[in-house]
Amino acid sequence: MQTLYDKLWNQHVVHIESDDPSSMALIYIDRHLVHEVTSPQAFESLKLAGRKPWRLNSILAVADHNVPTTDRSQGIHDPISRLQVDTLDQNCDELGITEFKMNDLRQGIVHVIGPEQGATLPGMTVVCGDSHTSTHGAFGCLAFGIGTSEVEHVLATQCLLMKKSKSMRISVEGRLGLGVAAKDIALAIIGEIGTAGGTGYAIEFSGNAIRALSMEGRMTLCNMAIEAGARAGMVAVDDTTIDYIKGRPFAPQGELWDRAAAYWRTLHSDDGAVFDRTVSLDAAHIKPQVTWGTSPEMVTTIDSVVPDPALENDDVKRHDMQQALNYMGLQANTPIAQISIDKVFIGSCTNSRIEDLRAAAQVAKGKHIAANIKLALVVPGSGLVKKQAEQEGLDRVFRAAGFEWREPGCSMCLAMNDDRLLPGERCASTSNRNFEGRQGPGGRTHLVSPAMAAAAAIAGHFVDVRKLDT
Amino acid sequence: MEKFDTFTGLVAPMDRANVDTDAIIPKQFLKSIKRSGFGQNLFDEWRYWDHGEPGMDAAQRQPNPDFVLNQPRYRGVQILLARANFGCGSSREHAPWALQDYGFRVIIAPSFADIFFNNCFKIGLLPIILDTSALDRLFDAAKSTEGYRLTVDLQQQTVTTPYNESFTFEIDTFRKHCLLNGLDEVGLTLQHAEKIKQFEINRHNEQPWLF
Ligand code: SF4
Repeated sequence: MQTLYDKLWNQHVVHIESDDPSSMALIYIDRHLVHEVTSPQAFESLKLAGRKPWRLNSILAVADHNVPTTDRSQGIHDPISRLQVDTLDQNCDELGITEFKMNDLRQGIVHVIGPEQGATLPGMTVVCGDSHTSTHGAFGCLAFGIGTSEVEHVLATQCLLMKKSKSMRISVEGRLGLGVAAKDIALAIIGEIGTAGGTGYAIEFSGNAIRALSMEGRMTLCNMAIEAGARAGMVAVDDTTIDYIKGRPFAPQGELWDRAAAYWRTLHSDDGAVFDRTVSLDAAHIKPQVTWGTSPEMVTTIDSVVPDPALENDDVKRHDMQQALNYMGLQANTPIAQISIDKVFIGSCTNSRIEDLRAAAQVAKGKHIAANIKLALVVPGSGLVKKQAEQEGLDRVFRAAGFEWREPGCSMCLAMNDDRLLPGERCASTSNRNFEGRQGPGGRTHLVSPAMAAAAAIAGHFVDVRKLDT
Repeated sequence: MEKFDTFTGLVAPMDRANVDTDAIIPKQFLKSIKRSGFGQNLFDEWRYWDHGEPGMDAAQRQPNPDFVLNQPRYRGVQILLARANFGCGSSREHAPWALQDYGFRVIIAPSFADIFFNNCFKIGLLPIILDTSALDRLFDAAKSTEGYRLTVDLQQQTVTTPYNESFTFEIDTFRKHCLLNGLDEVGLTLQHAEKIKQFEINRHNEQPWLF
């Protein structure tokens, strides 16, 4: 009896040093996604060593981190960002790698476009020089982030040297309440197991609350597996998975489709498969989540208050909490719903897909952002998401409500382009990291779901989406 | 990669948990397309009062004198003591590059984030896991003793204090072998090129839609 992770692992072992399952194995990589920030040094070393990419058609490249989200007809004005994007273009052109260039309609955040194109398929190993590669695990594949030396290793050999992780099952049973989203499940899990809780594990999310999620929701959840410390998160294949993939440009068709789909249906943990650790959550008890500190585990519920470090017994933890509150400019015991905000960011590989934009638009519809909101940004995950949203009229809903509607990219998730917080500014963000300075030096990030972010923009402070009369 | 052998180095304590890669090397420096030069921006936001951008002259910056690595006693440091979950966050290898470029050869912590841990080995920076009680003692000693040095012996897998107290650490045999001999992993993998090709052929037959 095998777990999904066992099946995926076993399918890809090219070579293993010894019979000991914990020894180093050479793992075959089916899909290699590449972006501009973590690849230039890998391409350079590859060239210096006189090597060539092993299998070009396994690679899909896109620039996302540095691209402007405003008018792109003028190119990128920051010369350093421009050089990085140009370097990717050059490397891809020179080697013959498929790349969606900045003005291609298909351009977008690497973790949005892989699935959108059908370049991410069940049963694959998917890697990218980016920790949120865990996102792709939503499709029943083994997907994880790698460093630049590993990017080079995969380019040169189509393989990676790695040790098998331990396995964890996180099962979420029951029905989510109205207004509670996949993002809230993710944050609730991190609140439960901590940001290091998944270290050394590959996590499988299961249970009927997970099966009830759309692919977008599953991607949000797997995206945040890395914030729980796990390199990989995954969800078993079911009809939802297969329906999503059907007809996408890189997906198989015709007779191959039938063969593929039949195989994909075997990609689930067998009944009775044993996990190294199991965690259970009751979906009905999950409330909208808001982070209050500088780590995703510093999270609480909308109806709660900022925790008091004085009540923490562990010295290191207390000290970290105090430091986080100082950075965030928050007082212990302040009700979360009384925290007012300056900016709102709806986007990132966590929450920039069509369903996320729909959820936010539903809250914003017919309303207007509060007077104290200096900027509310909506940044679709890809050109295709943007187009779809425009066809549905979501852009008009957002614009009428005072939001800015932007071009796709990472944007204020990590503020490598011009979109950023100023020191001291407080942001309700649908991204995945609230680290110090993540959205701009001195910026203060609160992680929330898309509906919660939109609701905060309208109210000017955090509010419980469950209590809105939309 | 440079070979790793026994060495004795000055120790600095970084007394905070969950130090993330954004803190180790802030994103504005990731725009570089080079592998070197990140050391001057290691821990940039903690280390300087002013905001750092690529291309700034470090001599013109305003160092924060309270930041641990800015204290004169830690000049020339090679070993970093850290707390739990060091290196969490992004996969950026720029974080180990920055630590190495600054002069670090070893990081000792009770736990590391997976991707960071992995990345360190690729460049010959050694992450060592010791238990919390051992670390508590090392932290105390490093803080109270100026010029505190530790000896790291990879062959023996030990960290030894000036009083000859030794702590043993675990390391995967393959990784140890690569570090001790300064081996190029790509070259090692390519020794299996035939096996990889065969694997690919079989895979192509079984799951042609992947190719
Ligand atoms: S959206 Fe944010 S987390 Fe996702 S890939 Fe871009 S920078 Fe990384």
